[in-house]
Amino acid sequence: MSSAMYERMRANPKFQELVTRRGRFAWTLAIVVLTMFYGFVMVVAFNPTALGQPVAEGSMLTVGVAVELFMFIFFWSLTAVYVKRANSEFDALTQEVVKEAWKENK
Amino acid sequence: MRRLTQLGTALGFFAVAAMAFAGGPLEGVTEKQATNWHAIIMFCLFVMMTMGITYWASSRTKSTADFYTAGGGITGFQNGLAIAGDYMSAATLLGLTAMVYGQGYDGYIYMLAFFAGWPIILFLMAERLRNLGKFTFSDITAYRLDQGKVRTMAAISSLTVVCFYLIAQMVGAGQLIKLLFGLEYNVAIFAVGILMMVYVTFGGMVATTWVQIIKACMLLCGGTLVMFLAFSQFGFSFQTLLEKATAVHKLGPKLMYPGSLLADPVTAISLGLGLMFGTAGLPHILMRFFTVTDAKEARKSVLYASGFVAYFFNVIFLMGLCGIIIVGQNPEFFEGGVLGGKLIGGGNMVAMHLSKAVGGDMLLGFLAAVAFATILAVVSGLALAGASAISHDLYARVIKKGTATETAEIRVSKIATICLGFVAIILGILFEKQNIAFMVGLAFGVAAAANFPVLILSMYWKGLTTRGALFGGYGGLVSAVLFVLFSKSVWVDVLHNAAPLFPYTQPALFAMPIAFLLAYIFSKTDSSVRAGLEIEAFEDQYVRAQTGYGAASASNH
Repeated sequence: MSSAMYERMRANPKFQELVTRRGRFAWTLAIVVLTMFYGFVMVVAFNPTALGQPVAEGSMLTVGVAVELFMFIFFWSLTAVYVKRANSEFDALTQEVVKEAWKENK
Repeated sequence: MRRLTQLGTALGFFAVAAMAFAGGPLEGVTEKQATNWHAIIMFCLFVMMTMGITYWASSRTKSTADFYTAGGGITGFQNGLAIAGDYMSAATLLGLTAMVYGQGYDGYIYMLAFFAGWPIILFLMAERLRNLGKFTFSDITAYRLDQGKVRTMAAISSLTVVCFYLIAQMVGAGQLIKLLFGLEYNVAIFAVGILMMVYVTFGGMVATTWVQIIKACMLLCGGTLVMFLAFSQFGFSFQTLLEKATAVHKLGPKLMYPGSLLADPVTAISLGLGLMFGTAGLPHILMRFFTVTDAKEARKSVLYASGFVAYFFNVIFLMGLCGIIIVGQNPEFFEGGVLGGKLIGGGNMVAMHLSKAVGGDMLLGFLAAVAFATILAVVSGLALAGASAISHDLYARVIKKGTATETAEIRVSKIATICLGFVAIILGILFEKQNIAFMVGLAFGVAAAANFPVLILSMYWKGLTTRGALFGGYGGLVSAVLFVLFSKSVWVDVLHNAAPLFPYTQPALFAMPIAFLLAYIFSKTDSSVRAGLEIEAFEDQYVRAQTGYGAASASNH
C-alpha cells in the first residue's frame, strides 16, 4: 500500500503503456457510442419522418426500428469487445506492472 | 385519473418515461380490483423463498464488508443479473409495454436511451469504481479530499436521491398492488416497508442481492413466456404483426414514426444526459460495483447486465406491439366492453391483460407477483444504499472519525435501515394522493448533477480540491432541485402557479454544467496548502485506479 510501490509502478514504462493503450481504447469506444446515440437523438428531433420509412418496398420494417435494433446489438458487442480485451490483454499488463514493482521491493 | 397514470408510471426506475406519460393518452382508474388469489399465492411463494435466503444470508453477514458488499464475493454473472434487476423495475415492464401499446415506436426510442448509458459506464467508470471504492461511492470522492466535509456532502445528496426515489417507489407500489392484488393501499405500503426492513437488516447485501437475482430471473422468464405466446399468434412474423398492428391502431402508419415525445431538441438532449449520467450517479447502482471480487468481475457484470437489459427491452417492444392487437381488439379488457375505451385497471395494465389473454389466470398471477417482487427488490436496494450513507459515511467516518468498531457500525446501519423503512412507510402514506411523477425525475436530476460530476472529476481530474468538490456537489444538488421546483411539473402542476419559471422539464443539461463549472472554478482558485497536498495525492490514487493495487479485496468465506 505504500506510496513507494505506487512510485515504482508509475516509473515503469509498462504502466505508461497500459494507461495510454487502455485509455485510447476506452475513449474511442465511448466516443463511438456517444456519437451514434446523440446523432440518433438529433435525427429523432429534427428529421423524424426519415426514421418511419420502410427499409424496402412493401416491407413493414422501418429504418428507425432497424437502426435501433442495430444499435442495441452493436453497443452490446462493443461492451463485449472491451471486456474481452481488458480482461485479458490489459489485465495481464497490469499484473506485470504490479509484479515488477514487488520485485524491486525485495 | 391523470394523476394515477403518473403515479403508476413513476413506480420504477425511469423518470422520463414516467413524465412522458403525463398527459398522454393512457388513463388510469383508482378502484380496487377483486382479490387476485393466483397472484397472492405466487407472491407468498416468492416471499417464502426470499425469507429462506435471508435466513441463510444472516448467518453469513458478520462484518461490515458482508453487510455492505456481501464480502465482495459476488461473481460478475450474479452481479450482472442483480444490476439488471435494479434496472428493470415494474415501470419498465408495465410502463414501457403501455408506452409501446399507446405510442408505438416512441417507446422503443426511450428504451434505447435507457440502455445507452451502460456502455459508457463500462468504458469510463466501472474499473476505477471497483479499484478505488470500498462500500459507498463517497469512498472514491473522499479518497484524497477532506473526509468529513466531502462525505457529509455525498451522504446528503445520496440520501436526497434515495428519499425521492423511495417516495416514488412506495406510492407506486401501493397503487399497483391495489390494482393487481386487490389489497388496501395502506396494507400494501406496510407489507413492502416491513418486508424490506427484514431483508436488509437481517441479510444485508447478501440477501438484497439474491432477492434481486431471483426477481430478475422471474422477470426475464415471465416476460419471455408472454412474448413467446403472444408472438406465436402471428406466426413469429414481424411483418404480419406490424401489418395487423398498424391496421387497427388509431395512429395508423404513424405508429412506427417518432412522435412528439422528443420533438424538442433541448428536452431530447437533456433527457439523454439525465438518463445516461443519472444512472452513473445513483448510489444503489454504484454500490453494486463494490460487491464483486475485482475490476475483472466488475467489467463482466456490466457486460451481463447490459445484455439482459437490451434483450428485455426488445421483448417489451414485441409485447407492446402484440398487445395492440391481442388486448386492444378484445372487448373483454375494456370497461363496459367498449373497444378503444378505457382499459380495465388503467393504461398501465397492458402487460397484465396480455398475459391473461395468452396464458390465463395462472400467467397473470405470475406476472403480478413478479411486479410486486420487483418493487420490493428495488426498495431494498435503495434502503441499503441509504443506510450505508448514514452508517458508513456519517457515523463511522464523520462522527466517529474512523474509530467506530465494526459491530457498532453494523448496528447503526441496521437502525438506519429500520428508520428508513418507517420513513418510507410514512412518506408513502402522506404522498398517496400527491403527484409524485416529478420525484423520480428529481432523483435522476440530483444524481446526474450532484453525485456524478464530483465523482467523475475525482477520478479523472488531478486538480479537484475539497473546496471545488463541495461547491460542485452542493451547487449541483441545489440547482437540480431548483430547476425541477421551477419547472412545469412542480411549479404549475403541484403548486398551481400560472406559468413555470424554468421552461424545460429536464434539469440535467443545465444543472450538470453548473456543477462542473463550480467545481472547476473553486478548485482552480484554491491555493491553500491542503489543496496542494490533495493535488499531489492524485498521483498515487491514479496508479491505484489504473492497476487496482491496494484495492479492497474480497473477504474469505
